[in-house]
Amino acid sequence: MPNTIQAQSGPGAVPVKKRAFEIRNKYKLFLMALPFLVLVFIFSYMPLYGWTYAFYNFRPGIPLAVSDFVGLEWFRSIFGNPTQRGEVLRVMRNTMSMSSLNILASVLPVIFAIFLSEMRSQRFKKYVQILTTLPNFISWVLVYSFAFMLFSVDNGLVNHILINLGFIDKGIGFLASDSHTWLKMALWDLWKGLGWGAILYIAAIAGIDQELYEAARVDGAGRFRTIWNITVPGIMPTYFVLLLLTIANFINNGLEQYFVFQNAINKNHIEVLDLYVYNTGLVGNNFSFATAVSMLKSVISIILLFFANGMSKLLRGESII
Amino acid sequence: MQKKLNTGDVAFHTVNYIVFALIALLCIFPFYYLFINTISNNDLSSKGLITFYPKEVHFSNYSQVLKLPNFMHSGFISLSRTVIGTAVSVCGAAFLGFLFTKQEMWGRKVWYRFLVITMYFNAGIIPWYMTMRSLHLTDNFLAYILPAIVSPFYVILVKTFVESIPLALQESAQIDGAGYWVIFTRIIFPLITPILATIAIFSAVSQWNSFTDTLFLMSKEKLFTLQYVLYKYMNEASSLAAIVRNSSGGQGLDLANMQTSTSIRTTVSMIVVLPILLVYPYFQRFFVKGIMIGAVKG
Repeated sequence: MPNTIQAQSGPGAVPVKKRAFEIRNKYKLFLMALPFLVLVFIFSYMPLYGWTYAFYNFRPGIPLAVSDFVGLEWFRSIFGNPTQRGEVLRVMRNTMSMSSLNILASVLPVIFAIFLSEMRSQRFKKYVQILTTLPNFISWVLVYSFAFMLFSVDNGLVNHILINLGFIDKGIGFLASDSHTWLKMALWDLWKGLGWGAILYIAAIAGIDQELYEAARVDGAGRFRTIWNITVPGIMPTYFVLLLLTIANFINNGLEQYFVFQNAINKNHIEVLDLYVYNTGLVGNNFSFATAVSMLKSVISIILLFFANGMSKLLRGESII
Repeated sequence: MQKKLNTGDVAFHTVNYIVFALIALLCIFPFYYLFINTISNNDLSSKGLITFYPKEVHFSNYSQVLKLPNFMHSGFISLSRTVIGTAVSVCGAAFLGFLFTKQEMWGRKVWYRFLVITMYFNAGIIPWYMTMRSLHLTDNFLAYILPAIVSPFYVILVKTFVESIPLALQESAQIDGAGYWVIFTRIIFPLITPILATIAIFSAVSQWNSFTDTLFLMSKEKLFTLQYVLYKYMNEASSLAAIVRNSSGGQGLDLANMQTSTSIRTTVSMIVVLPILLVYPYFQRFFVKGIMIGAVKG
């Protein structure tokens, strides 16, 4: 890291008296930060020790010391055992499909921001922003409660309307069904995140030099021409950074959303890696196997992170971590 | 500035306004629909007969729901973790963020990375759960608080903000013999209150909305948060409705407004979302500011 050298040579340029002050304080500062770093270590690094469970046949309640050491057995079974391989592949497919849908959907906040910025009424713009960012601040449990209220078979509003309009005779079980599960999840994600996702782009657009638009208009460029040639290139850097972050988190799609929406019927398509690990580990008590799966996940995610970081360094000369 | 609108512009703006109005409506409608369900006749709401406006308005659901076993207590747990968790988050982020701006800190770059990388990488749920268990943080209220003290994202926000403050302010104090603690409390802290307000809001919302930590770590009802209780109610609402019906004995209550699974679900949902709805409109600009500063780095 070239910056470390820079950090030390920086104070060298100032008077000697101040330099001594800083050297005396360099450990003091560290000691002040230490309690916090210890917390980071405890909650984020100490769990890494738990990876050892993946090499034992661990059952909750029995200490690790008396559990059987099985070496790479669990990893072998992930790849070797056809049932388990099938399960892991299914879960990987769910994870990647839903992440891919989210990546595809990541252009929608851009479009949202571009068209919102074309609005003339500042007041209307402000209200649209306030109303569309609101869903970002509610929990997934609440989103599920909304979904239940709007889409349930017997008393959901959507079914009620569809029946009254004569489109269907009987309620559709939107929630208790396994059709289009990935798409439904992506749509809920979109509902929750569209307005919030657009904020950064709206700011980026506001930062574009207005003279560019004036000049283009003088040259006879129409609205869509200016959008395509000025606005879009203006927000590309922002989009690119966010895209890289999405890629870095490609398989970290969390579990809360999928957990609250999961049921016996859609489980096949909704179980993402994290949820699968939770279901087999904490619910199914198969700790060791679940740990092995989550280790694989961590390894893949760190590779993706380095890939995204490398891309970022290469293309914009700045790292994302 | 006013430009003359031609037909194409008029068409564009009309379509644009309509589309955005629809999107905004789509975002806000579930909240409205939830609310009108909680105040409508319970018999009608359970049959799904409430559509776009409330029918036979009454407010007894709210007082009824508070009688649910442990509901008030869960509210208290949620509130406590929100208040305490937010306070420690803000203080932790403020102090650590400030320390990380000090170029002379021993191993600053390394420790900063040590912190930031945890945003992208974790050991996984099971090892984390086992660690929390070995620290006796399962079924322990502290599990809501201790991990909140250091949040990488908030530390980044503070660090970025402090870096934008002219260094001369701190240097002059240093020359007068002020230590880091004095510089932090007397000079930095008052100057960074805008970003701390942003962090407080972010943190409060995430504490209030937090669900998975209860799911993983808590098995005792007395530590359940409202979010978790809501999730449980979603699945058990009909039996709970019976409990409330029996406990109140139905005295003085309109028969039509006895508790149903729908009324319990919607009313509890409304109570859970209410703090967000109350806080949100005033603090929306803080959220926006936070994401802007956060975007500068990571």
